[in-house]
Amino acid sequence: MSLYQETIASLRRKLTAKEISPTELVQSLLQRIESVDPKVNGYLRVDSEKALAQAKNCDLSKPLGGIPIAIKDNINEKGEECTCASQILVGYEAPYDATVIRKLKEAGAILLGRTNMDEFAMGSSTEHSSFKKTSNPWKLDHIPGGSSGGSAAVVAADEAIASLGSDTGGSIRQPAALCGCVGLKPTYGRVSRYGLVAFASSLDQIGPFTKTVEDSALMLQAIAGQDHYENTSRPVAVPDYTASLQQPVKGLRIGIPKEYFGEGIDHDVADALQKSIAWYQSQGAIIKEISLPHTHAAIAVYYIIATAEASANLARFDGVRYGHRTSTVGDPLTIYRKSRAEGFGPEVKRRIILGTYVLSSGYADAYYNRAQKVRQLLRRDFVTAFQECDVLLTPTSPTPAFKAGEKMNDPLKMYLADICTIAVNLAEVCGISIPCGFSSNQLPIGLQLIGPHFQEGTLFRAAHAYEQAHEWVKRHPQF
Amino acid sequence: MNSNSIDVAYVAGLARLELTQAETETFQKQISSILDYVEALQRIDVSSVADNPIDPNLPTNVLRPDELRPSLTAQDVVRNAPKSANNLVIMPKIVE
Repeated sequence: MSLYQETIASLRRKLTAKEISPTELVQSLLQRIESVDPKVNGYLRVDSEKALAQAKNCDLSKPLGGIPIAIKDNINEKGEECTCASQILVGYEAPYDATVIRKLKEAGAILLGRTNMDEFAMGSSTEHSSFKKTSNPWKLDHIPGGSSGGSAAVVAADEAIASLGSDTGGSIRQPAALCGCVGLKPTYGRVSRYGLVAFASSLDQIGPFTKTVEDSALMLQAIAGQDHYENTSRPVAVPDYTASLQQPVKGLRIGIPKEYFGEGIDHDVADALQKSIAWYQSQGAIIKEISLPHTHAAIAVYYIIATAEASANLARFDGVRYGHRTSTVGDPLTIYRKSRAEGFGPEVKRRIILGTYVLSSGYADAYYNRAQKVRQLLRRDFVTAFQECDVLLTPTSPTPAFKAGEKMNDPLKMYLADICTIAVNLAEVCGISIPCGFSSNQLPIGLQLIGPHFQEGTLFRAAHAYEQAHEWVKRHPQF
Repeated sequence: MNSNSIDVAYVAGLARLELTQAETETFQKQISSILDYVEALQRIDVSSVADNPIDPNLPTNVLRPDELRPSLTAQDVVRNAPKSANNLVIMPKIVE
């Protein structure tokens, strides 16, 4: 096995035993990027010299010492361009490190490059990037999922050992499922969003893409915790996540929400999920069919709340303090209107319009306030379910990856791709997607485990046991 | 409520966003169909939820002492501004 194919855990053993050097590892990845990224297009920018310089100076005694990691292009990394894959932020250079970046640096990680995404994290296919389209490493004419499609694709294609993404309605878990890697959306408040360009602040959360569940635990360990720069990060102690990995699943109560297994679920996905459930049962887990009765409302609630918050968050891009400013001469209002028209892509504009409308006078009650109430009902569904279950098991995506271009002209159809992941953000609980099989046309399938607030350890316990008993993570895409 | 009542051109004005005629027409159609879809929320019984639902998981106020902490320098702040001089952002005159 080549170095670039390995995991954080295996590379850390080799690095600390001095079997390999961080420079060798970085060189291995840079060569891999050079050979496959022209096909995958997962990266927006890779700074080879900077990565090699970090490799020379990294501290191997740190938990992620020497591990090369890719970063979604909506997380501020001091001195690096941070574009959110939008024309409006071309040339914007981050003046400070996001808290997660600071923590990765302190943990000894090597920051390899910046990954492609749907513009401002709005999308489910990474086709809304204003720079380029990222391919699914398993089938290049298929999409990698989104919005963190670049971060998922570079880990799946062995172009990074791990990466960071952000998840507002499924933007980590859905691309992880479609690309065949592990994607974690931590509990709302578990990881600081300071330095993440805000999309929908009551939903956004940063999390890792990794090749294994153990690596996911190692990454969360490094980035979790309260941050005085971020008032929604919570003062909840960060446990030792790797300690949960070895716990058996015997006696674990796994809820199967029936609403997630209805129509619209692809036959291969349903089949893979049934086999996974049977496996858990064979290991002594207690399987319970449960109901999350407001599931049908999740997409509608999400597209009101997320667009409302986005319309407010994106008001800051007005061509005044940073980002694109129109060359049109005029009064300030003209400058705002023109700069935004020239800088934002179609999906971002669509969501700003929708979000502005649902907050506007005369409509806020019918749309925004009502959506907030239904959100509470959705949240109660989960709280009730977790009174009798330790985790819930669902598909991550109703289908494997779809073909590029298939849903671009029908926004509502694209929104429905997130049907299995969105309620987790609305309820602020945690979720992980792990590989659980392949479709008949050889595309990865993901299974999602959902845990109560701040119970990521239970997700790791359930996910690791499954992963160890299966061979899915040993498959790598061929180019 | 008639969900097709959205006037995209008017809302774009509120959003400080200039749209072309073609964009306005496409969005009018697409957003109307999204609004038809979210109409389903009107049929859900929300009588058990308070009028101003506040997320019980979140602290309502997070306060800190009002004291000086290190932050970005003025140069760092204006470095990304499209036009600046003397650590100030330049914009056209607002008041005549």
